[in-house]
Amino acid sequence: MASYLEVDHLGKRFSAHGRSAFEDISFSVARNGFVALIGPSGCGKSTLLHIMAGLSAPTAGAIRLKTGPVTGPRSDMMIVFQQYTKSIFPWKTVLENVMLGVKYQSQLPRPELEALCRAQLDLVGLGRYAHYHPYQLSGGMQQRVAIARALARRPDILLMDEPFSALDAMMRVELQDLLLKLWQELGLTILFVTHDLDEALYLAQRVILLSASPGKVADQVAVPLEYPRQQVETRSEPVYLELRERLYRAMVAQVVAGRAAAEAEVRA
Amino acid sequence: MNAWMQRWLRESRFAGVVLVLALLGLWQVSALYWIETPTWPPVTRVLEAWWANTADGTLFKHLLATLWRQMLGYGLAAVLGIAFGLAMGYFRILYNLFEPLVEILRPIPGPAYLPVLVLFVGIGHEMKVVLILLASFFPILLNTYSGVRAIDRVQFDTARTLGLTTMQTFRDLVLPAASPQILTGMRISLAISLILAILGEMIVSNDGLGYFTLLAQRTFKIPDMYAGIFTLALFGYVLNRLFLLVEARLIRWHSESSGRV
Repeated sequence: MASYLEVDHLGKRFSAHGRSAFEDISFSVARNGFVALIGPSGCGKSTLLHIMAGLSAPTAGAIRLKTGPVTGPRSDMMIVFQQYTKSIFPWKTVLENVMLGVKYQSQLPRPELEALCRAQLDLVGLGRYAHYHPYQLSGGMQQRVAIARALARRPDILLMDEPFSALDAMMRVELQDLLLKLWQELGLTILFVTHDLDEALYLAQRVILLSASPGKVADQVAVPLEYPRQQVETRSEPVYLELRERLYRAMVAQVVAGRAAAEAEVRA
Repeated sequence: MNAWMQRWLRESRFAGVVLVLALLGLWQVSALYWIETPTWPPVTRVLEAWWANTADGTLFKHLLATLWRQMLGYGLAAVLGIAFGLAMGYFRILYNLFEPLVEILRPIPGPAYLPVLVLFVGIGHEMKVVLILLASFFPILLNTYSGVRAIDRVQFDTARTLGLTTMQTFRDLVLPAASPQILTGMRISLAISLILAILGEMIVSNDGLGYFTLLAQRTFKIPDMYAGIFTLALFGYVLNRLFLLVEARLIRWHSESSGRV
């Protein structure tokens, strides 16, 4: 079967200092799949996601979605950023923020467009807050606005760049479960970047571990745990613990290798 | 100072009003009993002169003349400053091209343009408007492009992922995001425009509050001179108040999200 979303020998070299963010990364995501991408900071996870979202160009390789290459932002693949305080525009109300992604493109009359956006807000549990401004909402609620705004464009794929890493532990639990629910109900395909091993294992069907700078695919594991997952029970299942140890070892090995490489560079 | 007094000074803004009234009282007493000279008339004489000039419409006529040329120059400066500022802030090429020029022209004090303007535009209404325009333009321009350049990368990325065109990005992101800084520039320039309007009127004019005040001094109508200055103080205060009111409405989201209310 031809893959749905495919990253093909992708590389990114920064012209400013000649270093690579990552080199020769290849993996694919199946339709309706949930893949998590983890790696130490500086391995180019965010850069990779930016390129996948069509916001910048790779220096090697290509991204293919469905039938063709990705050359720029497209409405069937939406990115959700980590910095919700910035990606949600503070001068717009919650509803206006969600409308922003559809009001210029859609042919629908305004009342119907508004109804569509309100429906997305209901999905993320913010139906009551349509006329609030972002500063009146908590961080978790602001990130939900960003998710609703992405959903309003009816995407097939969500690219998520450490979306919950700025939230406190309780908000995180809530948003993780909300995301899993949306994924299953809407038939989304999700690529989720995080630096949190537990978050990756809890959410995804497959976890890809990137190595330290320049990033490469260091390991890939399937996570054969049933959905719906349970915050406490799932995290104590033997399979979960086994995979966690394996990935944790691999991650530590990456850190050690990275440190050795840095020391070698200093000596050279 | 007793505890009650200390608390009152700390908590009541009324103290400032009392100070103003006390200073006016001091002026009155000093003019009546200590410094008896025509150049220092008592406040009551000034108020009489103010009332006389208000009742016969003189002050209003001059106020309108000042307001008209000030707003014309200021309005043009705002339109041009915002338009060029947005373009310079958004397009890197324009910024690199014009920024050095702006840095050279910006420190020139507004009044320094006057002799040149007299040569090129004459001494009429247009000269004053252009003078106000030049001096008010740079703070607005500078604040506008700084505001645009301070917009976060993530916000532009957001606009792109949502499929906004350049014009839509200006409307929905660049202009609102830069508006707090644009308004700061406009507030600075509002004060500058009044200064330059009065200066222009004092140099060559036959109407306006600057003309009225200077003429009163030259014809030894000293209470009229002070009445002119009173009017200017009041005018400047009202202008600034109005501006703050409009500003608070326009960027409520900004003061609320940055925690200063």
